[in-house]
Amino acid sequence: MSAYSVTEPSKASKWVAAALVVLYTIITLLPLVWIISTSFKSGPDSISYPPKVLFEPALEGYVNLFTTRTRIAAEDFAALPPPETWYDQIVRDQGMVIAGQSRFGERFLNSVIIGFGSTFLSIFLGTLAAYAFSRFKVPLKDDLLFFILSTRMMPPIAVAIPIYLMYRELGLSDTHLGMILLYTAVNISLAVWLLKGFIDEIPREYEEAALIDGYTRFQAFRKVVLPQAATGIASTAIFCLIFAWNEYAFAVLLTSGNAQTAPPFIPTIIGVGGQDWPAVAAGATLFLLPVMIFTILLRKHLLRGITFGAVRK
Amino acid sequence: MAEVTLSNLSKSYGATQALQDVSLTIPDGAFVVLLGPTGAGKTTTLRLIAGLDKPDAGDIRIDGASVLQDTPAQRDVAMVFQQYSLYPHLTVRENLAFPLRSPMIAMPEDQIAKRVAEVAEVLRIPHKLDNKATALSGGEMQRVSIGRALVRNPRIYLMDEPLSSLDAKLRADLRVELKRIHAEMGATFLYVTHDQIEAMTMATHVGVLDHGKLVQFGTPREIYEEPVSTYVASRLGQPHINLLPADAFPGAPPNAAQIGLRPEHIHTGGGAPATITRVEHLGDQTRLHLSLGPHSLITLTEPHTPLKPGETLDIRPQNPLWFDAEGNRI
Repeated sequence: MSAYSVTEPSKASKWVAAALVVLYTIITLLPLVWIISTSFKSGPDSISYPPKVLFEPALEGYVNLFTTRTRIAAEDFAALPPPETWYDQIVRDQGMVIAGQSRFGERFLNSVIIGFGSTFLSIFLGTLAAYAFSRFKVPLKDDLLFFILSTRMMPPIAVAIPIYLMYRELGLSDTHLGMILLYTAVNISLAVWLLKGFIDEIPREYEEAALIDGYTRFQAFRKVVLPQAATGIASTAIFCLIFAWNEYAFAVLLTSGNAQTAPPFIPTIIGVGGQDWPAVAAGATLFLLPVMIFTILLRKHLLRGITFGAVRK
Repeated sequence: MAEVTLSNLSKSYGATQALQDVSLTIPDGAFVVLLGPTGAGKTTTLRLIAGLDKPDAGDIRIDGASVLQDTPAQRDVAMVFQQYSLYPHLTVRENLAFPLRSPMIAMPEDQIAKRVAEVAEVLRIPHKLDNKATALSGGEMQRVSIGRALVRNPRIYLMDEPLSSLDAKLRADLRVELKRIHAEMGATFLYVTHDQIEAMTMATHVGVLDHGKLVQFGTPREIYEEPVSTYVASRLGQPHINLLPADAFPGAPPNAAQIGLRPEHIHTGGGAPATITRVEHLGDQTRLHLSLGPHSLITLTEPHTPLKPGETLDIRPQNPLWFDAEGNRI
């Protein structure tokens, strides 16, 4: 016997809700499944029509991603000694030999340095600024906050040319520092506004109690405010990282040989005789991982974070 | 422990004048209770002494030295807030140890453990020490925040209605406990409350605030028996003082506008006839609601009174309090 309840949803509506969630999950996960499965396909399988759902997994994409290869004359190919490693073998099976290492590893590392560097800087500066805006009498506070927000109102790419020229003059073009500063500049307004919201929710009484308990303002900030803002900091960090990690337009414009990140690099992976789709898919798959891992690590904060404003007082 | 002196203290928040020219000396070892309705300036007084807000004018001296330039930490005061005072990310034990670990005190860990255990015992929360602060009931939270003040030995304890969210039994126990701490340690307290019993039983001095002004300062008995105005007279007394027009009874002095009658000022037998409208048996006492002509008043009688609603009682005032048209005592 179950009593009728106003607040408890009925069994049928729970089923409908679950079905909708499952359907939505399938729709959103489909491109991911496509990319990941393509990364494990062989070249011919990746372009077969109709697409193959079941296929023999191959590591060709990953090997090609990390190597550069070349074709050699048939008689030279036949005269080669037997392959020494499994990846030699995979390249030989495609009728080629390894010519050297590709630049993917380097580009990936650039993405990590620039993505996490700018996220750290945005959060560091954003938290301090948000705390000051939340707690102190800042002259022209509302105007400053609006100014910070207004930097977000124009699509960043609209100022691409001036930034390009400035960076060239300052020697920041194609440097890690330049990209970190650029992504921080874009992210900082988001960080300040989001974090100010979170810090506003933390009652001042906690810090006041800490001040009376014998701590300085900065110690109270570190010991009382920061732990309670952890949720907000984590979710803001994820937003910042996702932007910096995925950013494409500025990366194409401002980086080339030295500080190029993975997004502009991945589409340039061209195989011999056409686009090497398994290698592109392998690059995209590896590129997904850091944000995914970062998000999973911070997930317990995230759920509370994205419902901010509803924090229990 | 120290003497705290406030001289000509004023503070406003925006357009609101929270404190106006308040001068007050809290003697060393005194238990001073501040009375007044919401907005009278009680909490503001505590915040100014603690150093959380800066006064617009006036001076605060602790042990003779001005503390206006000192940070809250340097002032060495403890404060119990009305709400929100526990650090939610810490356990009860960590909350209690927090002040002792501060750079100002930096007590060795073994002494901290001992001190925390003692205070937990006093507040009857030893079994809760390892709970998260947020996992406590309201009353337990309030006990922990009192505990966070008691672990220290500050120059003055500032308490903002610390017992208001506790149930009656615990409130009575803690009242005794605070009084014991006051008596045994000779601690100085400045204590805000609405509760008459707390004020009467704990205070050595009572200050009454009205719209940011200190209108009377004295012993609880003085405040109760010799109030300077109807406002002060209404702060204390259960039931409230009855305020009637002066002509309700004969014998009013010239320029008296109101007569103030506490239950002990109302004598039966002889005088004006009053009708009993209601009899409330409270256990240890009985309240009588009377109507005297157009006026109604409340008085006390013995617990087992045979009186019934509708009966008539002759009452007359004895040594009542007289007030003029402005409400000032004559």
